[in-house]
Amino acid sequence: MADRRYTKTHEWVTVDGKTVTVGITDFAQAQLGDVVFLELPSPGRKLAMRETFGVVESVKAASDLYAPVAGRISAVNDKLTTKPELINSDPYGEGWILKLELAGELPSDLLDESEYKKVTEGASH
Amino acid sequence: MVDFGGWELPQQYTSIRDEHLAVRKVAGLFDISHMGRLVVEGAGAEAYLQHLMTNDLAPLGAGHAIYTLMCKEDGGAIDDLVIYRETEDRFLVVVNASNREKDTAWMRKHLGQGVTLEDHTPDLSLIAFQGPKAHELLPRGSSETEDIPYFGFRPGKVAGVSGLISRTGYTGEDGFELFIDSKDVVKVWDAILDEGKSAGVLPAGLGARDATRLEAALRLYGNDMDETVNPYEAGLGWTVKLGKGEFVGRDALVAVKEQGAKRTLIGFKTEPGNIPRHGAAVSHAGRRVGVVTSGTHSFFLGYPVALAMIEVPSFPVGEKIAVEVRGREAQAEVVNLPFYRGSARSVVAPAKS
Repeated sequence: MADRRYTKTHEWVTVDGKTVTVGITDFAQAQLGDVVFLELPSPGRKLAMRETFGVVESVKAASDLYAPVAGRISAVNDKLTTKPELINSDPYGEGWILKLELAGELPSDLLDESEYKKVTEGASH
Repeated sequence: MVDFGGWELPQQYTSIRDEHLAVRKVAGLFDISHMGRLVVEGAGAEAYLQHLMTNDLAPLGAGHAIYTLMCKEDGGAIDDLVIYRETEDRFLVVVNASNREKDTAWMRKHLGQGVTLEDHTPDLSLIAFQGPKAHELLPRGSSETEDIPYFGFRPGKVAGVSGLISRTGYTGEDGFELFIDSKDVVKVWDAILDEGKSAGVLPAGLGARDATRLEAALRLYGNDMDETVNPYEAGLGWTVKLGKGEFVGRDALVAVKEQGAKRTLIGFKTEPGNIPRHGAAVSHAGRRVGVVTSGTHSFFLGYPVALAMIEVPSFPVGEKIAVEVRGREAQAEVVNLPFYRGSARSVVAPAKS
């Protein structure tokens, strides 16, 4: 998907008007290994940029989730409660994590696909 | 790939979940060539090993293996290992990868007349085919294995290749550990996977190995015990045969047994999502009582399980304790070990008949 943007902390976002969908990248899920649990916030909560909003726990480790943009949470993917493995099997689709109503502008430091690829190539060596 | 005692091993080939479930329901194939393989041989071999090991090798017949600890004078565990008696005077000793150099140095230091010690780790590979269907899924060209007892082994063929077939493992399931000449081992590996694929056999990595051994409450040296832990504290008092005569560490272990162990390895479970990690604090009634030694999410059981070393003699099964998870206290419940009893025939090695 051409309009998907990424962060250096391995979240992705897609933007539809003021609604921003957030997940973690394919690279992130591969590094984490099998995801067994997600600790997620409730809709309505306001998140500041880079605020920790949850935890993704895999067999190997627990990792914090960071808000890639500021905004109010409008939806959380409830399916992940019973099927956390969707993060592994479909990180850009059914494994989306939450939707935010964007507060202000999109941050300028979001990465496009080729920029993000450089980040992951640096990280995996 | 992760570094494990200097060996590069895959955490998973495909998915830890799938590999773990394959081992429990069908069979999985592990490359465990990182384990050290030493050959002890000579007229004095039995007496030599009896002097170093806590378990009693005298009743062990040729073709049988035994699980034992090797301790320091103070009773602390140098390693846990499996010893295979090939003949009256020849033993194959399988040690942990991370301890191979330490063990070899210790064993060399104690070598006496009429005993040799050789490291065969590079030329003799070791793979483990583990699961309730491992027996029936051995590839064509394999020897009959039905009459090999648990902790028994014999020379035989797998996929037409000669090796040692041992009914041992580290998963709690029935299955085999196969000692194969390193130049032929790939052929055996490929044959098992090719012929087992349609039945659901998967290659399994370190993640599945750790999860299955933990469910079976099999200790991992370096996590659940080290040189500061004695066999009684590790819950492995059954490997210490004080009545067999003198051995390194015996005096210290006699004292521990008389006084009772000050620490205990216990098992507990938590709610899904609260995975206790190695090193996390364990508390009871608001007081810190110990530390998690191993913990993981069990895809098979559906909840996390963990072992902890606690500074008190024991807790009753069902006791509520707390464990630190992601910087908070999570509730946990003491449970019986093992967490899961698989298809392995028995936990006790048979004696010489």
